[in-house]
Amino acid sequence: MSIKLDHINYVYSEGTAYEKHALKDVCLEIPHGEFVGIIGHTGSGKSTLIQHLNGLLKASSGALYYNGRNIYEEGYPMKELRTQVGLVFQYPEYQLFEVDVLTDVCFGPKNQGLSPEECKERALEALKLVGLKEKYYQVSPFELSGGQKRRAAIAGVLAMRPKVLVLDEPTAGLDPKGRDDILDQIAYLHKVSDMTVILVSHSMEDIAKYADRIIVMDHGQVKYNDTPRAVFAHYLELEKIGLAAPQVTYIMHDLREHGLAVDPRVTTVKEAADEIMRALEKRK
Amino acid sequence: MDIIKTEHLVYEYEKRDEEGNVIGVSRAIDGVDVDVTPGQFVAVLGHNGSGKSTFAKHLNAILVPTEGTVWVDGKNTRDPGELLPVRQTAGMVFQNPDNQIIGTVVEEDVGFGPENLGVPTEDIWKRVEESLKAVGMLEYRHHSPNKLSGGQKQRVAIAGVVAMEPKCIVLDEPTAMLDPSGRKEVLRTLKKLREKKKVTVILITHYMEEVIDADKIYVMDHGHVVMEGTPREIFSQVDTLKKYRLDVPQVTILADELKKRGLEIPDGILRKEELVEALCRLN
Repeated sequence: MSIKLDHINYVYSEGTAYEKHALKDVCLEIPHGEFVGIIGHTGSGKSTLIQHLNGLLKASSGALYYNGRNIYEEGYPMKELRTQVGLVFQYPEYQLFEVDVLTDVCFGPKNQGLSPEECKERALEALKLVGLKEKYYQVSPFELSGGQKRRAAIAGVLAMRPKVLVLDEPTAGLDPKGRDDILDQIAYLHKVSDMTVILVSHSMEDIAKYADRIIVMDHGQVKYNDTPRAVFAHYLELEKIGLAAPQVTYIMHDLREHGLAVDPRVTTVKEAADEIMRALEKRK
Repeated sequence: MDIIKTEHLVYEYEKRDEEGNVIGVSRAIDGVDVDVTPGQFVAVLGHNGSGKSTFAKHLNAILVPTEGTVWVDGKNTRDPGELLPVRQTAGMVFQNPDNQIIGTVVEEDVGFGPENLGVPTEDIWKRVEESLKAVGMLEYRHHSPNKLSGGQKQRVAIAGVVAMEPKCIVLDEPTAMLDPSGRKEVLRTLKKLREKKKVTVILITHYMEEVIDADKIYVMDHGHVVMEGTPREIFSQVDTLKKYRLDVPQVTILADELKKRGLEIPDGILRKEELVEALCRLN
């Protein structure tokens, strides 16, 4: 099971003065169960790319296979695809609209045609998964804090029990604790279920900490598609395309320049600490 | 004289039911005393809902205090006659650049502010040119703002404020929506404005790394100022910060981790150069 993009091109407003080639010959395969990070400068095509994954945008050319079947072929069950690939947009709390949190989270499963009891069961399960406390279930979503609203919105997607969860900058604008809480929760979800997680983020530190693999987009093309270690080893090239490496990676490069024999290809605080201890120990 | 001074600032939001009757009051700011001297770089940190943005909106009289007083360059924001001078002294930049840009051409957008102030036409163009130069966007003056990157748009928004020649710029999470380069561009621009134009900068952010150069940091929680000090004083209190849902820069976390593993590393490391130096001494 996987998502496979085969020579996908996407052109906005084709044939007009505003024509923009947003995706150029994108070939990717995302196997089931992976935690994938997507990074890229503003306008690099990240959001366009993820909107292809559940058929919101249709490629100008190329094919997209979900579990081996081309979603562009005639008669493909698009509605089913959209419940299997759950998309959490940027600032998803703007999409909350129901009278209380529980009803809002029920909206997705209700549209799937499930019975009210089933909807409620799934909504409760989803709310538990995102760690929203029971006392908020009957509260208007507009009375929640920023981080809580965001959780409620994510629960709304999880209630459809997607096989693939795609999140477009789920932590933008949240305080550090809110940032960590949401990402830890997603990592936990990924661990306990067999869900594929695709995370778009501008925080290199977060991507390094959570993703198994990173896809780097640049001007509509896939620039790198590799492990965090391998991708962030190209930190100079990343800077040229509006990105960076995590801060610890820069520290390691500096240490190396100053004569401490560390491997600079680390991407998280823990790896950095291990590597520095190892290098210092060796000296003795 | 302080450029910004608040004395026992209190702000209450009224909660109303569907008929518009007041059903409750929530206190967003509760007795805040802040003073900022001209040219300072002051950061305000705090979790979502701590009162930071409500506080910021008092600095150019978008909100006026329920109790207490705010002075901007000596002018009381409660005085309706001072409204324009207050807004001219303290310019604001918000999180989403798309909500702040109205012009169809970059230079027209930047000219909007001074035009509203009644600046003579030839002076407007002079100011537009200068402010675009100050944020490094002069070469884009004839472009459409729609085609710019997030960081570039935010710099245009800053130029729009700079063109009004404020003594003080208040920025409410200006980098939250930007990619790493955009973030760097905005911070570099602020630094330049401080150095070249001696503008006072008040920065609200959730990125701890952005405030290590600040002269002073205020930490807010539940409408109160709960911590106040230099970056080194603030970021050496990791546990207290965590209690307020905040964090420390990644360099500081790494220094802390190494200390826990028994290395002799001084307290309060904020910059990678400091950590590299400390480790090289051990090497």
